[in-house]
Amino acid sequence: MEQNQPLRFFNRGPSPAVRLVFFALLSLLLLFVDVRYRYLESIRSGLSVLVYPLQRLVTAPSKLWHEVDGFFSSHNSLIRDNAELRHQHTLDVAQLLQLEVLKAENQHLRNLLMVQQRADYPMQLAEIMYVERDIFNRKILLDKGTQANVLAGQIVMDDSGIVGQVTRVYPWMSEVTLITDKDHAVPVQVLRNGLRAVVFGSGDTGELALRYMPISSDIQNGDVLVTSGIDGTYPPGLPVAKVIRVERDPAYPFARILCAPIAGVDKRRQLLILSVLLKLPERPEAVVEATTDKPKNGRRGNR
Amino acid sequence: MRDRIQKDQEFQLPVSRSFIAASLLVALMLDWMPWQGVWLVFRPDFVALVLLYWCTHKPYHVGISIAWTVGILADVADASLFGQHALAYSVLAFSGIVLHRRVLMFNLRQQTLQIFPLLLLAYAIYAAVHWQLRGNISWEYFIGSVVTALLWAPLTILLQALRRPRAASDQL
Repeated sequence: MEQNQPLRFFNRGPSPAVRLVFFALLSLLLLFVDVRYRYLESIRSGLSVLVYPLQRLVTAPSKLWHEVDGFFSSHNSLIRDNAELRHQHTLDVAQLLQLEVLKAENQHLRNLLMVQQRADYPMQLAEIMYVERDIFNRKILLDKGTQANVLAGQIVMDDSGIVGQVTRVYPWMSEVTLITDKDHAVPVQVLRNGLRAVVFGSGDTGELALRYMPISSDIQNGDVLVTSGIDGTYPPGLPVAKVIRVERDPAYPFARILCAPIAGVDKRRQLLILSVLLKLPERPEAVVEATTDKPKNGRRGNR
Repeated sequence: MRDRIQKDQEFQLPVSRSFIAASLLVALMLDWMPWQGVWLVFRPDFVALVLLYWCTHKPYHVGISIAWTVGILADVADASLFGQHALAYSVLAFSGIVLHRRVLMFNLRQQTLQIFPLLLLAYAIYAAVHWQLRGNISWEYFIGSVVTALLWAPLTILLQALRRPRAASDQL
């Protein structure tokens, strides 16, 4: 009954104080009951059933936001991870490439070692420092010089064959003229039949020319040329080149024979310097022999 | 804009009960939004604001009873004590009804200053009840009253604007 009283005043207006007292008392009663007793839990749960869908409705956008946020953050993290992995991948690939290079280098060094064990000549390993960028000169510079007892005239080879000859020695490096240099000549022998010849560089990286061979000379494609050792500079028996083309034109007195160096003249990074300086002292003797030969020749001539 | 708002006399802006109910419902839902962290401290009390608006602009439509009912709903949703919000909103509605002529005399900026003490009173009642029954009080809670008071002018403009087309269509 008391509750109707304020409602009656509602339309007339001025009794807010009464209503305030009423509702304030009601609120305080509810507070008291709520705190002291647990009678209102059912009412609260009943009302909350009413309120719950609205609350769900209200939280839906934020939930959706969180989901979208999660989606995009995971998307972002995926993109980031992907970028990181890609970066790592490029780094790894670079390292893998280095590994490949190292592998090849290791294999090459092993081969050199075997050559060193195979060959009787004392050798030392040298590394190419740089290649002269001169198209007229086929020369490389090695990192061993007089400090390592490198002498001009020593032979440089790799695991498969002759590469060149030391032509100039500096304290810490030495200049090697490759067998493909235009001015370089190597006395060789055809392995198949022992035919002697001289192979000249052609100035081209992959080509040597076997000059001054008669058209009738017994040379075929695929013949292997090894050093003859006649000059006293190159030790005998080292592979130099392989014949790749033989042109026999009757118009010319000599056959045109092209060879390819067996050694990787332009490929290697480590090379062996043959310390044939042990033989070098023999050379004056050879000269002496030559001088002694002269009288012999003369004797022959006399004969 | 302010001129138009000022020009709008109360009798030119009729209002339907459904519009009042909808505005209160929206305010409740805004309060129920999952505020978190810093935002919870700055959370304005939209219900109090809308109630105060209706109590000052339509004191015969929205009274203490409605304020109390809405307060009970807010209590249920907030899991606060039964009657805590109801008491605060009742006092707020009462003060709004008592002071509605005075408040409407001013322009919006001055109104903000006028209603701020009312909001502060409601907040103080809520906090006092909490302090009496639960024994602790958090002073950050009162930051919300400042934010709520600052929202008075935007809310007034919004609700006036929402009410105006209705009046225009009625005129036509």
